[in-house]
Amino acid sequence: MNPVNYLYLAALLFTIGATGVLIRRNAIVVFMCVELMLNACNLAFVAFSRMHGNLDGQIIAFFTMVVAAAEVVVGLAIIVSLFRTRHSASVDDASLMKL
Amino acid sequence: MTQQLELAAYSTSTGEAFQFWVLGTVAVIGALCTVFMKKAVHSALCLAGTMIVLAVFYLTNGAYFLGIVQIVVYTGAIMMLFLFVVMLVGVTAADSLKETIKGQRWLALLCGLGFGILLVGGIGNASLKEFNGLGQANANGNVEGLAALIFTKYVYAFELTGALLITAAVGAMVLTHKERTERARTQRELAEQRVREGKQVPPLPAPGVYARHNAVDIAGLLPDGTPSDLTVSKTLRERGQIRDVSAEAINDLKALEQRSAERLERTPIEPANLKRAEEASK
Amino acid sequence: MENLIALLVAAPLLGAAVLLCGGRRLDAVGHWIGTVLAAVSFVIGIVLFADMLGKGPEERTLTQHLFTWIPVGDFQAEIGFQLDQLSMTFVLLISGVGSLIHLYSVGYMEHDERRRRFFGYLNLFLAAMLLLVLADNYLLLYVGWEGVGLASYLLIGFWQHKPSAATAAKKAFLVNRVGDMGLSIAIMLMFTTFGTFAFGPVLASTGDASEGMLTAIGLMLLLAACGKSAQVPLQSWLGDAMEGPTPVSALIHAATMVTAGVYLIVRSADIFNASPDAQLVTTVVGAVTLLFGAIVGCAKDDIKKALAGSTMSQIGYMVLAAGLGPIGYVFAIMHLVTHGFFKAGLFLGAGSVMHGMNDEVDMRKYGGLRKYMPITFVTFGLGYLAIIGFPGLSGFFSKDKIIEAAFAKGGTEGWILGSVALLGAAITAYYMTRVMLMTFFGEERWRNQPTASPDEPSAEPAAEHHGAHAEPHPHESPKVMTIPMIVLAVGSVFAGGFFSIGNRFEHWLEPVTGYKHGNPPVSALTVTLSTMVVLVIGAGIAYAQYGRRPVPVVAPRGSLLTRAARRDLLQDDFNHVVLVRGGEHLTRSLVYVDHTLVDGVVNGTAASVGGLSGRLRRLQNGYARSYAVSMFGGAAILIAATLLMRGV
Repeated sequence: MNPVNYLYLAALLFTIGATGVLIRRNAIVVFMCVELMLNACNLAFVAFSRMHGNLDGQIIAFFTMVVAAAEVVVGLAIIVSLFRTRHSASVDDASLMKL
Repeated sequence: MTQQLELAAYSTSTGEAFQFWVLGTVAVIGALCTVFMKKAVHSALCLAGTMIVLAVFYLTNGAYFLGIVQIVVYTGAIMMLFLFVVMLVGVTAADSLKETIKGQRWLALLCGLGFGILLVGGIGNASLKEFNGLGQANANGNVEGLAALIFTKYVYAFELTGALLITAAVGAMVLTHKERTERARTQRELAEQRVREGKQVPPLPAPGVYARHNAVDIAGLLPDGTPSDLTVSKTLRERGQIRDVSAEAINDLKALEQRSAERLERTPIEPANLKRAEEASK
Repeated sequence: MENLIALLVAAPLLGAAVLLCGGRRLDAVGHWIGTVLAAVSFVIGIVLFADMLGKGPEERTLTQHLFTWIPVGDFQAEIGFQLDQLSMTFVLLISGVGSLIHLYSVGYMEHDERRRRFFGYLNLFLAAMLLLVLADNYLLLYVGWEGVGLASYLLIGFWQHKPSAATAAKKAFLVNRVGDMGLSIAIMLMFTTFGTFAFGPVLASTGDASEGMLTAIGLMLLLAACGKSAQVPLQSWLGDAMEGPTPVSALIHAATMVTAGVYLIVRSADIFNASPDAQLVTTVVGAVTLLFGAIVGCAKDDIKKALAGSTMSQIGYMVLAAGLGPIGYVFAIMHLVTHGFFKAGLFLGAGSVMHGMNDEVDMRKYGGLRKYMPITFVTFGLGYLAIIGFPGLSGFFSKDKIIEAAFAKGGTEGWILGSVALLGAAITAYYMTRVMLMTFFGEERWRNQPTASPDEPSAEPAAEHHGAHAEPHPHESPKVMTIPMIVLAVGSVFAGGFFSIGNRFEHWLEPVTGYKHGNPPVSALTVTLSTMVVLVIGAGIAYAQYGRRPVPVVAPRGSLLTRAARRDLLQDDFNHVVLVRGGEHLTRSLVYVDHTLVDGVVNGTAASVGGLSGRLRRLQNGYARSYAVSMFGGAAILIAATLLMRGV
């Protein structure tokens, strides 16, 4: 098997995640889809790391995880406070910016 | 000849190929379920499955440390955080997958499709000729290798991510923290207020006692047979998660009467009585 | 010695600064400060002249570099002076005649409460004019050129309370701007062609430039000269400029400033020498103007305007001579100097007459004044004889040389130019005799004639002092006015002879302008004799018309030509119809284009942008997911672009 297949898998997962972000209204699910995209990227990094024979790709994936963790913490806090004020977790309800 | 050599260099063991195809399929299915499951809880579980598969892939690719971190931190911590929030927002609330923004779904699918094709095309056309493997890099152990990099080359980035995490933690606290603007009233004060208003002086009634469900979400019945919302907690009331089982007993009774009537060949009871019972159940 | 050159300019400039900034406390002595500083300039000029005479003809050029004005890369604007024989001639003329006219103005402007300011302007003019002739590069010359334009504007409009004076000043300024544009374009062309605009390098390297470029530069310089020297087609301002006080007319609009164009052409001799086309145009302009001015001068009843026409005509002679090339440059300058003497004298005489006649300018209301103002009569008469070219006087030598040179041009061209110059001499004799007869001879038509009729407001505020509607009492002017007139009359008589004996002037200027003796197709004696003949004919006709018959006080209707000449040969009408109306129509059509086309495009653009925005606005629906689609699509497009750029 060609290890490039890992990249194809990463691309596929990333696309699925992106599409999910676009079509789901529940903010939590949208967030999960974002996580899915991040994980797809991490897979690609790890695969690259293996191809190039050095650990830099893994380091980047590691940092991605850290940043993702921070992002999840803040993002979920936002969702909670949003739900608290609007009694809804739908991203479409937060549409006051339109004209 | 060279072709064969290249192929040899590119290919991996059959076991890994088998693992890739099986687990890859699982991962894609998990991802799709994440997107298309109606309930957020199911989505979260599917995502956790996908992440575990990815952790296995990390391990396969020589990223032992990341594989473990993926399971412990991502699947273990982050996904649990998700689940907590899902609980907070409402486990059973199912989203409607019906699109409300005109054209959004088609545009999203179009973009996704185009994006995927472009990515796949880009990877297919990339000149990924070298395939070195991590044997040399992991010679002293994967964790030691990563540590050597993190604490030398990437030390500034590492420190910065530490600052980022602290900031995120403080940010989350600030966002979710609700400052009290007035002193919380004591139980005595609350009791006095209830007496003064003369409204619901005794404790609130208990919820339904049919031991057939998670009884907290079932309203208790008043003496005339109607359910009372007061018996269910305010959170469930606001979420609209009160289950009404008042008709079930009557329906069960009716079915029992029906069966005994068939057995004993009696005439059915008066329709008027039945109607009254139905109205009461509403 | 060369360090004195800057003082020539500095002295009157200091005077202008002191007088204009000094305020009213200088009112009592201001006119003497101005006069003394003008005289200082003249004395320095004399010292430099004496020094110059002591050197060999080729070593007489002095230069003084003060500082670099604008150093920008290749563009180095220097403040530097160059004093050679040509500049020297001008310096002496300007500061000499200027000093005399300052002196005259002390008397003439005695009753004007703004006399200090007047002297400040006069000093400013002197400084600018000296800067013009002393500059060693075209840019500094341009500074002086604009400076005299400013001084001219200020002095024409000195009596700014009169609408006619204010209008005349504006007219002079605007018409001069057209010429100034020519000079600035010429300087720009020089800079692009030669990379410099200093006289030396530019004139030395004319061989490097194409003839077309030299012709362009020459024509632009000629345009500048036309504006400043009131040559056709930019002549219309000079007649109106007579609204200024008479000393101004004498100094600026007769003796010095209007000759700046001739100076410019002679200074740029090498450029014109290298471009026969530019020379031809120059001669044509000169010939047309000399006839034009002479005809206008014949019809005017206003003594100053008649003299203004004459000035135009005489400068036409100079420009004609300058256009002839090396055979004419010297005579152009010679005529310029002699003209400076006799025309300044004539104007001062006219001013003296007006001074004694309650500022009446209409010659039909003069007559028989020779008894009342004998000194004015004699000096004016000598100036008259000089300008018509009476044998032995200045004008005879200089004008005769120009006519000879015109014939010497050769071919049909020479014959035509010579004939025109000859015809001009006849007309000059006619109109100057007419002025002379109407003013000083004949019956005393001013009796029982209240001057300064109400519909023509008094020319000068001094009139109020005399009483506006009383019968005039002609009297001789004070000494402070007559002395300059006498000095100028002496110059008018002897200057020409002094210059011509032994061809002194030719030898003097030859190192600067070059000189080639031109041989007319007929002998010089024939030319001189025919000049005498036309002179007698012209004067005789004038005598027959104005000497033997009484002059009507109200001007007769006259022939078509006379009526046209009274209106300056319709120059203003021409300007009005062609330029003003044309401009109006152009403006209107531009406004139309602006309203329909430009505004249409602008408004259409705005409307289409607005419409597009209205549609784009719908994309801003506030849904984060819609925005996310846009971002995602954009990312996809970016990836596609990247892949395409890499040649996938």
